[in-house]
Amino acid sequence: MKKRSGTFYLLLVPVLLWLVMLIVVPHLDMFFRSFRFETDEGAMIFSLNNYLAFFEDQIYWLTFVKTALYSIGVTFLAFVVTFPVAFYLTKVIAKKYSSFMVLLLLIPIWIGELVTIYGWMILLSDNGVINNFLINIGLIDTYLPMLYNNFSMTIGLLYMSMLFMIVPMMSALESLDDSLIEAASDLGASKWTIFYRIVIPYTTPGIASGGIIVFMLVIGDYVAPNILGGKSSLWFTEQIYNKFLATFNWNEGAAFGFLLLMLSSTIIWIALKLTGQKLEKVGS
Amino acid sequence: MIRTLPCSRLYKVGYSLYILLFYIFLIMPLVTICVLAFNDSNFIALPWNGFSLDWFFADTDDRLGLFKDPDLMMSVWTSVETGFFVAMFSTIVGTIAALLFEEERFRFKGLLYFLALAPLVIPGVVLGISILLTSTYTGTYMEETFGWDMEFLSPGFWLVVIGQFSFGATYVMLLVGARLKKFDKVLEEAALSLRATRLEVIRLITLPFLRPAIIGAFVVTFLISFSNFNTTIFLIGSDPTLPVDLYSRIKFSSTPVLNAVSFMIVMFITFSAMISFVLNRKKI
Repeated sequence: MKKRSGTFYLLLVPVLLWLVMLIVVPHLDMFFRSFRFETDEGAMIFSLNNYLAFFEDQIYWLTFVKTALYSIGVTFLAFVVTFPVAFYLTKVIAKKYSSFMVLLLLIPIWIGELVTIYGWMILLSDNGVINNFLINIGLIDTYLPMLYNNFSMTIGLLYMSMLFMIVPMMSALESLDDSLIEAASDLGASKWTIFYRIVIPYTTPGIASGGIIVFMLVIGDYVAPNILGGKSSLWFTEQIYNKFLATFNWNEGAAFGFLLLMLSSTIIWIALKLTGQKLEKVGS
Repeated sequence: MIRTLPCSRLYKVGYSLYILLFYIFLIMPLVTICVLAFNDSNFIALPWNGFSLDWFFADTDDRLGLFKDPDLMMSVWTSVETGFFVAMFSTIVGTIAALLFEEERFRFKGLLYFLALAPLVIPGVVLGISILLTSTYTGTYMEETFGWDMEFLSPGFWLVVIGQFSFGATYVMLLVGARLKKFDKVLEEAALSLRATRLEVIRLITLPFLRPAIIGAFVVTFLISFSNFNTTIFLIGSDPTLPVDLYSRIKFSSTPVLNAVSFMIVMFITFSAMISFVLNRKKI
């Protein structure tokens, strides 16, 4: 093996420090701590109690399952809502307008989740813009309770995550040659056939990376469920938050954190396998 | 279907209408906030009571405007400082990581690269709690064993910087790495054969080539830091960043000053986006 130059180590050491100190060690630490349990006598022992607490209390694992299902649901919803937009911006609208319309899509991303979710809170509240609008046009007589339930939570989760899906889908669609669609159309394929035999298979890599980003944002989100969701719309991150910042049961919180990490990694792993993608592609 | 193919009028109108509705959905919360920031009312939502600049400049008993609220201005400043340090550290280490992974070959490179991408698929909440656990227990250990008081390990400004840096560096690595892939390696080889050292090559040839991407990555990580909530909330000390401050105000004491802050953020992001749009178009 050839001798390494000093420059190599100059590059390697900071990266190693970053990855070991901030990624590997904290997560291993969290994993080990999730098995620590303080007995009534105050001694720290190794035990599975933190995980047992999760399974014994219905609210925990019900929230866990609900978070998983809702995250998958919102990801699918984000795909359904944004795919026509991505297609429109790459294939339908004239090029000179599309760059400006793409720019508009980026603005809510950079403004940040907290501000946009707050905007939705004002829109959906009893005295909010939508209720006032509906009453003024005479569609309803009294306020509709739109805020603090699963509906408002879903809107918030969808809004803050869906835009992250458009960009990867657009870059996949851009490389799709128009003549493929033209050829299919000349040969008599219907719009629907073109859509699910050509466009969707071709765009799968973009859909997969966008879907994974959306899913990650949704399952790990705290702001939208907490601000827009009501008492009944619990989210698993809220349970972790409570363990750390309300009841100060950090060991149990570590177990919950580890469970969330396992949940998200498993679903992403399955999604990657199903679509034949690699994690490296998702990042780029 | 696409630009070159004819399609029915109904389809065209329906599709355009959907895109219009999508964009309305997109800007509705932002427009609402911006309008209500000037509402002469003590409540965040409707009814509209007339135009007022109170929530920017007032300093009366029941109204404290944005620019007269020292706590709010302080949290803006904390966010700016945090964003600056996070962007700086992330840019340095992320660029080093991009150079390492694109240009060097070594054992366990695949594993390290996987770890460097991991923050993309670790929920921000989990990153936050794992870093909180490790730093707190390390801090306690250091104090009890060696009597060293390592303040940056307890929740506070520097821990927030560390936590945000842990994923910021990944984004920089991806952004700079993408540009590095387009780099013509012949240039480096030419310089090496002219007896430049490896470090000189990086400093004089590679880095100048990467400069636009590095500047872009700095801006991106600053904005990511500025709007981050999920990781920050666990690492915060007594000085909140702007998102954390906004969150606690939304939860516990919402006044229209929130609309005013949001208005400023929306305007800042929109103008920056417009400026970069115009500048980029001139280049083409």
